[in-house]
Amino acid sequence: MAENVLELRNVVTAFDTEGGQLVAVDGVSFSVPAGKTVGIVGESGCGKSVTAMSIVQLLPQPAGTILAGEVNFCGEDLLKADHERLYEVRGGEIGVIFQEPMTALNPVHRIGKQLSESLILHLGLDKKAAWARSIELLEMVGIPSPELRVSDYPHQLSGGMRQRVVIAIALACNPKLVIADEPTTALDVTVQAQILELLSQLQKDQGMSVILITHDLGVIAESCDEVVVMYGGRVVEQASVYDLFANPRHAYTQGLLASIPRLDTPRKSVLKTIPGNVASIDEFVPGCRFCQRMERTGETLTNRADFIEIAPRHWVENCPLCVQEQGGHDE
Amino acid sequence: MMNNEEGDRCLLQLDDLKMHFPLRGGIFLTKSGACKAVDGISLSLKKGETLGIVGESGCGKSTLGKAIVRLYEPTAGKVAINGQDITKMSQRQLRPLRRQFQMMFQDPAESLNPRMSVGEIVAEPLVIQNIGNAQSRREQVLSLLNRVGLSESAVDRFPFEFSGGQRQRIGIARALALKPELIVLDEPVSALDVSVQSQVLNLLLELQEEFGLSYVFIAHDLAVVKHISDRVAVMYLGKIVELADADTIYKNPKHAYTKALIAAIPVPDPAARQQREVLGGDVPSPINPPAGSAFGHRLNHPRYEESIGLDLSLVEIEPGHWVAADPCCLEDEDYQRARQLADSQ
Repeated sequence: MAENVLELRNVVTAFDTEGGQLVAVDGVSFSVPAGKTVGIVGESGCGKSVTAMSIVQLLPQPAGTILAGEVNFCGEDLLKADHERLYEVRGGEIGVIFQEPMTALNPVHRIGKQLSESLILHLGLDKKAAWARSIELLEMVGIPSPELRVSDYPHQLSGGMRQRVVIAIALACNPKLVIADEPTTALDVTVQAQILELLSQLQKDQGMSVILITHDLGVIAESCDEVVVMYGGRVVEQASVYDLFANPRHAYTQGLLASIPRLDTPRKSVLKTIPGNVASIDEFVPGCRFCQRMERTGETLTNRADFIEIAPRHWVENCPLCVQEQGGHDE
Repeated sequence: MMNNEEGDRCLLQLDDLKMHFPLRGGIFLTKSGACKAVDGISLSLKKGETLGIVGESGCGKSTLGKAIVRLYEPTAGKVAINGQDITKMSQRQLRPLRRQFQMMFQDPAESLNPRMSVGEIVAEPLVIQNIGNAQSRREQVLSLLNRVGLSESAVDRFPFEFSGGQRQRIGIARALALKPELIVLDEPVSALDVSVQSQVLNLLLELQEEFGLSYVFIAHDLAVVKHISDRVAVMYLGKIVELADADTIYKNPKHAYTKALIAAIPVPDPAARQQREVLGGDVPSPINPPAGSAFGHRLNHPRYEESIGLDLSLVEIEPGHWVAADPCCLEDEDYQRARQLADSQ
């Protein structure tokens, strides 16, 4: 088994609000093997972005705090690292691709300058060398005529091109790990296909690990090796992508997989649904949050189940009502 | 082009509809060009039918939706609903007819007035149309909320108290209030999570069955569009490039753009992973569209030059299957047949 680039152990992240402290990420553990892509999937509000931003400690300040846990990045606990070390890690050893390519780029600086910034900061290049390297990076992410584009401003580029620039910035310093937070959500399917293709190509070339956050199970199926399914601020299931799609064990994962319309679903047939809505964060029960959504009562709501390895390399939050027998594919 | 013989059963008819936005420049803001968002679209929709419209962002699908319900004043062409031409009507003349067609928008957070209670939002169309009194309106609102799966207590609450899926249900209740025959749905589920998306799609299908509704369903997600539609129109740069029965368009697409769109959908099955052809480039701007085949231009197709000046309008290549007679985008055999049909038109 390949060694892990990143290991999260029981990370708890909370936000201070007027209504008190709300725990958005409630004891999340998973690991990212070297050179692999780990997908984090879940509905909005499940804590997937907060989990990812906890890794690099890019949380809204002062509201967001990491209360407990360990983030082991190549053997170093980033939660114990000081500010200087974090500046080195962010954009250096860990690259981040944000969702919205328009807001991730600074509109008043040329893209060459934005690319050069991290090259100068992390690799110690001088301005001229950084500019030249920026052109190479733009070429690497497939931007046509990069020597002209490097002096463009973000608004002169299309959405897909901007996302390529954001990827170029994330990869500028040959990171060991790239965190991609919904990198294709704002893009059209055809452009999404281009960007995913580019990411997997770059990953192959550079041997980095990727954490890919998405709500799209299609994207997960096509580009991930391992999948982490989150619900209500917790990981409910983790497995290899093949295992997860072939044999989902948690009722939430099963519901999620059953509810997507596919091209081969009979037209106008009734789609399977997960009843109810995700409870809001201040209403979460201490126990199984999927039982809460299903409006069940009883002790599963009060006692949190253990996260166990139910089959080799297949983990699940072992709620007795939500975890199904092997092969149990129905509701 | 697409004449409908059974005109009486045809609910919506578009004839060469154009929606151009003037561009102004220079110090006197003189007209310097036009953004041809919708550029010559002809369609018909039967009662009870769902027509899906797909395409990338910027292809003009939302503009088309708004032009159909006269939220935009079309530049040219005709929109007829139940045989009545609404293109030239004044807003005053149009108002009573608006009962027949409603629109539902993409963003459930932005399309509901945050200062109005859910009851007021759903009742507003009834108030505007002067239907019933306060008492009867409230009863009707309650039954609508019930029908879309919201509890009656929702009536006095405000939009921010609801989740995205619930807000979209409020939007549906509002669109249903006037018992319309046609609803134009602009990306109704794309802002929703998958598990909620399927709830809303099921609801839309149930309502269609129950009230005999017709839908124009605009979306970029082909799997969703295929699921809900009877026929699907694929738009590229303001024009329809292919139109066919929903199953046909996925099983037997003719146009290269349709094929590329289908190939780009990520399949939610890791076992079916495959190396796919990735379509390069972006949607070109509708401000200075290429002279010939717009998609051929994006592909840098060797036959692009040939397409300049050709009539690239839709032809019925197989019964019910319409495709643009475009040398860059069709297989040779299909193109020859399409060309013959186009020339004989």
